[in-house]
Amino acid sequence: MTMQLSKDPLNVIICGVGGQGNILASELLASALVEKGYFTTVGETYGASQRGGSVMSHVRISARKQYSALIPRGEAHIIIGFEPIETLRVAREYGNSQTKVIFDPRPNYPLSVLIGEAVYPEIEAIVKELRYLCGSVQVLEATRLAQEAGNAQAANILLMGALTAMPEIPLQAEDYSQVLSQRFKGDVYDLNQKVFDLGYKQIAV
Amino acid sequence: MEWMVTVNEPGKTFLMQGNEAIVRGALEAGVRFAAAYPGSPSSEILTMLGHVADEMNLYAEWSTNENCAFQACMGASFGGVRALCVVKQNGLLTIGDALHTAALSGCKGGVVLLTADDPNAHSSTNEFDSRHQARAAGIPLLEPATFQEAKDMIVYGFELSEKIGQVVMVRSVTRICHGRGNVTLGELPESPSSPVPIGEWDKLIAINWFHDVLWAKLDQAQELFEESPFNWYSGPEQPELLIITSGTGWLYSVEAVETLGLEDKVGILKLGCTWPLPEKLVLKYLCKSPRVLVVEEVDPFLEQNVANIIAHNPGLNVQLYGRYKKSALPQSFELNPDVVLNALATLMDITYQSSKTGEVPAEAVVNIPPRDLTFCAGCPHRASFFLLKQTLRIHEGNGVVMGDIGCYTMGGQRAGHFLLHSLACMGAGINMGEGLGQLTRFGFNQPVLALAGDSTFFHSCLPGLVNARYHDSNMLFVILDNSATAMTGFQPHPGIPVNCMGQPANAMSIEKIVEAIGCPVTVADPYEIEATTQVVYDLIKKPGMKVLILRQPCATLAVRSKGRRKVWVDPELCRGDNCGCGRFCSKTWGCPGNIWNNQTGKAEIDEVVCVGCGVCASLCPAGAIKVEGGEA
Repeated sequence: MTMQLSKDPLNVIICGVGGQGNILASELLASALVEKGYFTTVGETYGASQRGGSVMSHVRISARKQYSALIPRGEAHIIIGFEPIETLRVAREYGNSQTKVIFDPRPNYPLSVLIGEAVYPEIEAIVKELRYLCGSVQVLEATRLAQEAGNAQAANILLMGALTAMPEIPLQAEDYSQVLSQRFKGDVYDLNQKVFDLGYKQIAV
Repeated sequence: MEWMVTVNEPGKTFLMQGNEAIVRGALEAGVRFAAAYPGSPSSEILTMLGHVADEMNLYAEWSTNENCAFQACMGASFGGVRALCVVKQNGLLTIGDALHTAALSGCKGGVVLLTADDPNAHSSTNEFDSRHQARAAGIPLLEPATFQEAKDMIVYGFELSEKIGQVVMVRSVTRICHGRGNVTLGELPESPSSPVPIGEWDKLIAINWFHDVLWAKLDQAQELFEESPFNWYSGPEQPELLIITSGTGWLYSVEAVETLGLEDKVGILKLGCTWPLPEKLVLKYLCKSPRVLVVEEVDPFLEQNVANIIAHNPGLNVQLYGRYKKSALPQSFELNPDVVLNALATLMDITYQSSKTGEVPAEAVVNIPPRDLTFCAGCPHRASFFLLKQTLRIHEGNGVVMGDIGCYTMGGQRAGHFLLHSLACMGAGINMGEGLGQLTRFGFNQPVLALAGDSTFFHSCLPGLVNARYHDSNMLFVILDNSATAMTGFQPHPGIPVNCMGQPANAMSIEKIVEAIGCPVTVADPYEIEATTQVVYDLIKKPGMKVLILRQPCATLAVRSKGRRKVWVDPELCRGDNCGCGRFCSKTWGCPGNIWNNQTGKAEIDEVVCVGCGVCASLCPAGAIKVEGGEA
């Protein structure tokens, strides 16, 4: 097995809102990578939010050594966004002209929007700013696709399918599936495997 | 993935959360007794130990508070077994007296006190640096820098503790506890440590006669630290700059040196044993470099202890940089790779340029709405805060509400209509309320309320309640009983009939405790907004000490056990902006499940987020919100 990465460390950020399954998704990804022999560090920033706050996981992959749990500003290679404005928030801080972004366009409205103090930006405007900040931007309707497949909550695994299909990630679809099968059983496994494949197909060439 | 903590395959590498690594270390050390009170970022540790207690033949408990936990560990240690106590930094402060006396008496079975600090206070009120307590109490201190060390140092800590007969502190931080990384397993023992009979003349006495003994134990630890595998140097023979670092600061330092290409100019002395410092080792490297940068979380603790060594060795000519007086690094808040990169670049007189490129034209910059912390969809606290605010504002206008620590602390922010007047520590609300309520005799005439959750009630409100009842303060103590320690992940407390090992426990009733001390107590349902508003109104009119229990299980837990009911908005009945309610359901109620559709100009339910509590249906003036099965 060759242990080579296009970038070492490869820096991936998975971001969203508490309750969207962000942490589980990054944990499964990192487990698959450690299983393959990579040094992988996950840093999770979620603070006091059981639900509803901004959540961000930094995943750092290296063939050489263990890196710290935080990615330096401007050094993310890939950003996977579970929520539009959280994706933009992260891209502003960690993106650069080479960064690849995939995000779910379904908004999760913050309290400031619910009470009418702030307006949720248009998705087109978010995409436009993301294109200035990053190298490539792809919208993937993960929640809608997961909902159609059986459960909107599985959007996290669908996005992991998309991430795993990216050429930078040193994993085959089977590697992630193996972790899924360790973690889930029965109907839950079937659904997760199904949405993972759906996400994978969206990106794989 | 919790199952891996008991896998008996030495040499196998897994991805582990720092807290999992700590659990694994405790199991490899043969821990027999573990106790804690939940607190982020440490909570997963005891939850896991509870889950594996049966399998690994150990005992674990969520103690009523940290003091109970720590002194229970001291008791178990007296019985000869290895005991692990887990606290966050605030919890460490609540056991101050217990810790300082334990350091005088010493221990028998090994005792490791794991403190989980929270630099930046991601899930805390403060970023107190626990290391001060190790030095103040006079016990040895270890600081893991990696997930692997988080495991290995627990094993080393137990060995050290038994070797010198002293409690050992292992200080972790959020980036380790809640981070994940590669951990290679060691061996699990055949069986955990076993009890040893206590003889007639075996004593566990804390008295000042033993102060010199305490220092002798520290000297012994220091000698062992000189040879410890957790301290090492890497870098050139004569570095232009020496970095001395501990904990997570080490990885940031290594990355900064690598990124700036300074491998042949900057050396790194990585220390895992930080109190007492291995002085000979530190001196050896202090002699090699004219400039020293100390990188650590949070306070300049290591820096000042290094300064102490410099001060006692007048021949040294060293310029020290670090967090003290911001000589190189910020004095507050968490470190990250950027601040360390920039500090090192500045000291080495080079520029650091990140890969960040591209300016966004002003017209393309989107206005990102802030995302405040808020109560979860269906949270009973939202209902409690709404009805308390309504009662105080509409009926009285000038009530004072003293807060406490839990999910409901967010009630001091927008989520709770800024209801709370105070925020301090566990158990503070009722005590401050008691003091304020005594001012009635001097003409203070505002209603006084104090809030606490059910777990906080048991943790530290009992003495306050007795005090307030005994002195009959004019106050209303509101217990927000959601039948869970929700903030930290639903750990059991003395009101819950199943303990952390999944065994039956003698749950006790909060109202019976309150009744037993003779205090009037009322129980009401916060979901019944109208009726409960009246209850609160009546109670604040009455003089003396009263207790109100607002009881409704945590919605996030309830939906797991009961499933979710469908809630929807009937677009025919919702009158939109013509209603006159001012978009009550989204704007005032503020539940993440109640959203506004700008296209249709009507309310909607976000079905992905909604848990189906149906409270909004009872509040909609148009009756437009419908609940499956009819009744809210």
